[in-house]
Amino acid sequence: MLQLIKPDTKIDFVGKRKYALLASGLLCLLGLVLLVRPGPRYGIDFAGGTLLQVRFQQQVEIGQVRAALGELGPEVSVQEFGTTRGEYLLRVPQSATEPGKVGEQIRRALEQRFGGASSFEILRTETVGPRVGAELRRKAFLAVLFATLMMGVYIAVRFEVRFGIGAAVALLHDVIVTTAVLILFGYDFDLTIVAALLTIVGFSVNDTVIVSDRIRENMRKSRRQHLGTIINQSINETLSRTVLTTGTALLVIVALYFLGGDVIHGFAFALLVGFTVGTYSSIFIASPVVLAFERAVTPSRSPQRAAS
Amino acid sequence: MKIGYRLALLGVLVLVGVVYLVPTLVRPVPSWWPSFFPSEPIRLGLDLQGGIHLVLEVEVDKAVETALGGAMEDLKRELSAAQIGTTRLERQGDRIRLQLRDPGKSSALSELMKNQFPSLVFRSAAGGQEGESVLGFDEREVRRIEEFAVEQSLETIRNRVDQFGVREPVIQRSGTGGILVQFPGIQDPQRAKDLIGKTAVLEFKLVAASSADPSKPPPAGTEVLHGQERDPVTGELRRKVPYTLERKTLMTGEVIADARVRPATQLEGPYVELVLNSRGSRLFEELTAANVGRQLAIILDDTVYSAPVIRERIGGGRASITGNFDLREARDLAIVLRAGALPAPVTLAEERTVGPTLGRDSIRKGMLSFVVGGLLVVAFMLVYYRGAGVLADLALVLNVFFILAALAAFEATLTLPGIAGLVLTLGMAVDANVLVNERIREELRLGKTVRAAIEAGYERALPAILDSNITTFLSGVILFQFGSGPVKGFAVTLCIGLVSTVFTAVVCTRIIYDYLLASRRLSSISI
Repeated sequence: MLQLIKPDTKIDFVGKRKYALLASGLLCLLGLVLLVRPGPRYGIDFAGGTLLQVRFQQQVEIGQVRAALGELGPEVSVQEFGTTRGEYLLRVPQSATEPGKVGEQIRRALEQRFGGASSFEILRTETVGPRVGAELRRKAFLAVLFATLMMGVYIAVRFEVRFGIGAAVALLHDVIVTTAVLILFGYDFDLTIVAALLTIVGFSVNDTVIVSDRIRENMRKSRRQHLGTIINQSINETLSRTVLTTGTALLVIVALYFLGGDVIHGFAFALLVGFTVGTYSSIFIASPVVLAFERAVTPSRSPQRAAS
Repeated sequence: MKIGYRLALLGVLVLVGVVYLVPTLVRPVPSWWPSFFPSEPIRLGLDLQGGIHLVLEVEVDKAVETALGGAMEDLKRELSAAQIGTTRLERQGDRIRLQLRDPGKSSALSELMKNQFPSLVFRSAAGGQEGESVLGFDEREVRRIEEFAVEQSLETIRNRVDQFGVREPVIQRSGTGGILVQFPGIQDPQRAKDLIGKTAVLEFKLVAASSADPSKPPPAGTEVLHGQERDPVTGELRRKVPYTLERKTLMTGEVIADARVRPATQLEGPYVELVLNSRGSRLFEELTAANVGRQLAIILDDTVYSAPVIRERIGGGRASITGNFDLREARDLAIVLRAGALPAPVTLAEERTVGPTLGRDSIRKGMLSFVVGGLLVVAFMLVYYRGAGVLADLALVLNVFFILAALAAFEATLTLPGIAGLVLTLGMAVDANVLVNERIREELRLGKTVRAAIEAGYERALPAILDSNITTFLSGVILFQFGSGPVKGFAVTLCIGLVSTVFTAVVCTRIIYDYLLASRRLSSISI
């Protein structure tokens, strides 16, 4: 029988929670700072403006593309895109001119410079008006927040209120840390990233469910045990599960990340980070929060170190 | 339920799935395929098959202003009929400013408004002068006009698209003032945008007698609009030609019964011939008779197309719009004139166009990651759980089959994020098997028999499996509410996948275990 984690594994997770909380706290703080400055770099969906993905038939240097678009003004940004050579992402921020016309102007300029419509292909065009972008940003924020709260309420109803609070805190942590990593790696925030964040919220709570389920079961079995001991025992018993379930999900996400193409690169990366952080947080954040509540409610109990 | 029934039920479900998937897998559908069976393949999103997705925002404020302008003209007539003099009566945005010559007549004004203009109400005059009344539509009327403007725009756009001839267009309302338009696989997005985005307000106005001096403001009662002079070969805009026009509109596009393209002659390019309805014919005859020798400007959306000299009275209800456009432009112009004007201008709120190359690329890459991701998971389960892994893998294959069948059955749209959702489901579906198998291992370690361990494994793992799938499902629903287009496709496959996962990974594998147990082929378990 192949076993990644032996059944008699006994790691003192609860005892190490202070270091974990410290690390997570610092990470979240960093995340919040990054959210303010420099802040997430918004993609077209949220910032508004126009984006064109262009593929040239022949070798065209980035300088040539810039030169061709120079007369349209300095606000046209050109960057190489993906792994294919001769593929560029052209971006024009929200401008005073009619948003629907920008793509057409760029097409004309490229046609003039590179000789006709057959020398390149516009793979995609995206234009988002300013009102839509602002509205979407607001809705995205609310959607993620609402999903997190909903998970907390669900867990609170299915288990106990303190489990729900633990789950919500852990999810919030996952979202903040994932966002921070995305900012650090320079990914654009667009709709697919929000989709990834919501998926992370929905998936990360799974590990919390598994652990909470076991804690409840063990609490029934041995009422006299210290809660810290029960939590630690439960985490150890379900450790192979939490690691395996996340592991299989990561297998396919890695496939998506490397093979899925540039359009969903950011999406796959966000999932990669979020799912990993999610597993960590259900062990090191969600359960300690439950324990903290226990201590707050019954302070008389001797503060002996749990499961040692 | 007895194992026999459960197996039969599973068989029926598989058959139903096959029926839904045949149109996707066999193209075209075989001739013997019954007509009442589903015949549509899984629909591919615009990001996979290429196409254009537009969200247009109807400028409803403009519609309200136009309606208010009309109401003001009526008010003016009624006021003079009732001999209530005004020193000022004009529209400013969505307000009418009115000043009575005799302030004592304000009660007469109130009376008149109450009886004749119930939808107009007095508004507080911010910064207004003494004795000035400010009027505006009440809330209900404003909402009615806005609603009507959006509905009317939707109808007009639908008309234009129908006449343009697009395969499987989607035209529907989106949000409060938005209109969503989707064309799959269109070649010339700019042309489509021009066609549906044009307000297409056609007006006939006289060119003012005195010619324009561009440096001075136009004389009272006139305005300056421009015509476009284009290069006949490249179609490039050469210069703008100013026209000084009398402000009064003599005739609008409402009187058009039909508009046709006339082919090019030696003298000029193709042109659009207008056939006017009976009211229009009369109007046109009168106005041409009264203005022989003057120039009549034909204006579309504040651009002068042509300004021919009226040589004689024109009867018969025909007029033509010339201007140096090519056959395609003439055709599109005829379409918008036939379909009528939009009640208010529209602005482009969102555009997403995907070329066919990128769509094919996306499908290829999506499939590749699906296959590779799937193989990784299948291999892992085989290695880690052996016999139980085979079962989990079987369930996984069945899972994908059911998800695709459900996509076809619900006529959902498969997008690139949708494919990503499918790939992700592969990795999350086996989680249920992991939970069950780990529990069975645990029960076996406690020394239970195979049968008891399996039973306990499923029973004890079920709550956690349900909880985790429900929570993910909930976030999928939130995403569906929030997202648009491709992202919605992700939410759909995710949610369908979760339901299908519980069925295949829990119910179906259990059926197989029970079958093996019942037929006594399972005395030891490979897990």
